[in-house]
Amino acid sequence: MTMLRGRGWITAIIMILLAVLPPIFVATGNAFWLDLATRLVILAIAAVSLNLILGYGGLVSFGHAALLGIGAYAVGIPAHHWLYGGGPEWLQTTSGWLQFPLAILAAALFALVTGAICLRTRGVYFIMITMAFAQMMYYLIVSIEEYGGDDGLVIDQRSELPFVDFSDPLQQYFFCFVSLVIVLLLVRMIVNSRFGMVLQGAKGNEERMRTLGYNVYAYRLTAYVISGAMCGFAGALLGNFTTFISPEMMDWQRSGELMFMVILGGASTTVGPVLGAVVFIVLEHLLSSLPEPLGVYWHLPFGLLLIIVVLFVRGGLTTLLTRRGDR
Amino acid sequence: MALLEIRNLNKSYGGIKATDDLSLTVEPGELHAIIGPNGAGKTTLISQLSGLARPDTGSILYKGRDISSGAAHRRAHLGIARSFQITSLIMEMTVADNVALALQAREGHSFRFIRPARKVRHLRDRALELLAQVGLEDKADRPTHALSHGEHRHMEIAIALAAEAELMLLDEPMAGLGTEESGQMVELLRGIKGRHAILLIEHDMDAVFALADRISVLVYGHIIATGSPDEIRGNEAVQHAYLGEE
Ligand SMILES: Nc1ncnc2c1ncn2[C@@H]1O[C@H](COP(=O)(O)OP(=O)(O)OP(=O)(O)O)[C@@H](O)[C@H]1O
Ligand SMILES: [Mg+2]
Repeated sequence: MTMLRGRGWITAIIMILLAVLPPIFVATGNAFWLDLATRLVILAIAAVSLNLILGYGGLVSFGHAALLGIGAYAVGIPAHHWLYGGGPEWLQTTSGWLQFPLAILAAALFALVTGAICLRTRGVYFIMITMAFAQMMYYLIVSIEEYGGDDGLVIDQRSELPFVDFSDPLQQYFFCFVSLVIVLLLVRMIVNSRFGMVLQGAKGNEERMRTLGYNVYAYRLTAYVISGAMCGFAGALLGNFTTFISPEMMDWQRSGELMFMVILGGASTTVGPVLGAVVFIVLEHLLSSLPEPLGVYWHLPFGLLLIIVVLFVRGGLTTLLTRRGDR
Repeated sequence: MALLEIRNLNKSYGGIKATDDLSLTVEPGELHAIIGPNGAGKTTLISQLSGLARPDTGSILYKGRDISSGAAHRRAHLGIARSFQITSLIMEMTVADNVALALQAREGHSFRFIRPARKVRHLRDRALELLAQVGLEDKADRPTHALSHGEHRHMEIAIALAAEAELMLLDEPMAGLGTEESGQMVELLRGIKGRHAILLIEHDMDAVFALADRISVLVYGHIIATGSPDEIRGNEAVQHAYLGEE
């Protein structure tokens, strides 16, 4: 119980800061920090979605960035056809009512098809094959010249929704922030549900779960698809935020960053990945803006820090902050 | 009709015949014990019955239907539960969660996303009842890894009971227990005997002879004798092959 209360205050502090700071950034003319916060919140959604399968399902997927990319292209491709013509008529639109559901469905479908295959493997094979599917998606996009190939695609017109103006940075931020809150609540609900218990049980002891009568494969695939759908949604937000998308978003390095956020913050809590995203993005910024020559080599201390956390703080920063010396 | 009928089962691992032309029946409500030296193939047999290992040839009939190629999770739904020789629990979950998951498995699918699992009253209540039956009710909310080996053995039984299976496959429930704990386990098994058919694997001869309706002796994957406890005690081949060494 103390643990739960401990996590409660971390959640509260992070969420309050994320709600309060951005308007202050705007009021004080710190547009850059608002940008950073927006990117942070979007990547936090992706990390929270990854944590559903990684932290609770024990499935180390190294291809989650592909889902971010799919979501972003689900915004970029319709916007491209809307401006330049071509493609089926229903696709030529900037309406968020089409783009967001498209992002979610396309990512869910990708997760369904690839997950159906990946989940037949275990351990290192699973990691490798999720990564391979993501790279396939990467090369697919690179090969489509109409959408810019490896040069990427500029989104000239952001998604249009009646209740939010994506070209207003603060509105955009709060749309992303509210989305994060909803995704967190959804993941927490799923994790505590009977479905979530099965998912966690299969992580702890797959053989036992099968002998109890659970079709472990079906439950994992479902979690994989749910996670994919959420990440696709984050991708649509990311496309709107950057207004420039390229296959590079799907690169395995991006997937690795999402994994680091999850592990850094703590994979055994719903809010852990948010903390991980905050620390990751802020540190990345601070270290890379150190004076020369330190700033050039910022990857070095950053990498060391990650290694230290992974090796010595089992359970991530959330555990570190809530530990009461009883373990 | 026998509840379980095994016909000419064979299974090899590389050059080792772990199961060798094995035939055996379990009648409804019967406690059928299998004894045999280390490496005789007892666990391999249970694994083939529960669906975690696949036989090379032969058939497994449950209520007259051949189930030898069905997936493990399907067999559980047919009414077959197993316990593990090497404790197989979900260590990071609480004791009650482990039992609740066994109960939940019986209620059709678990694609239920909204209600918190721990607030489903009947699962919680029944889990506590079962834990009381094995003497672990006051440990219900402890993490499983914090319990002792003996308590883990009792959890295995509570989980097997949760399935309300017609056939329970128990793989050395007394493995690693002290004399006192073994005595408790014998009493526990005596209490559930008759309500479920049980295929019991056990090295503890006192327990086996006290509990079993029938005993089969397994040596090198093959059954060399089956009979009542008295018959087995008097069987010369058995004494020669197995009991004599004790
Ligand atoms: N997965 C496996 N791969 C290779 N060999 C195996 C495997 N499982 C069992 N064996 C071999 O099959 C034989 C039977 O093993 P099994 O575990 O069934 O014996 P057991 O009767 O349960 O023994 P014990 O009393 O020690 O539990 C042994 O020789 C064992 O080494
Ligand atoms: Mg064994």
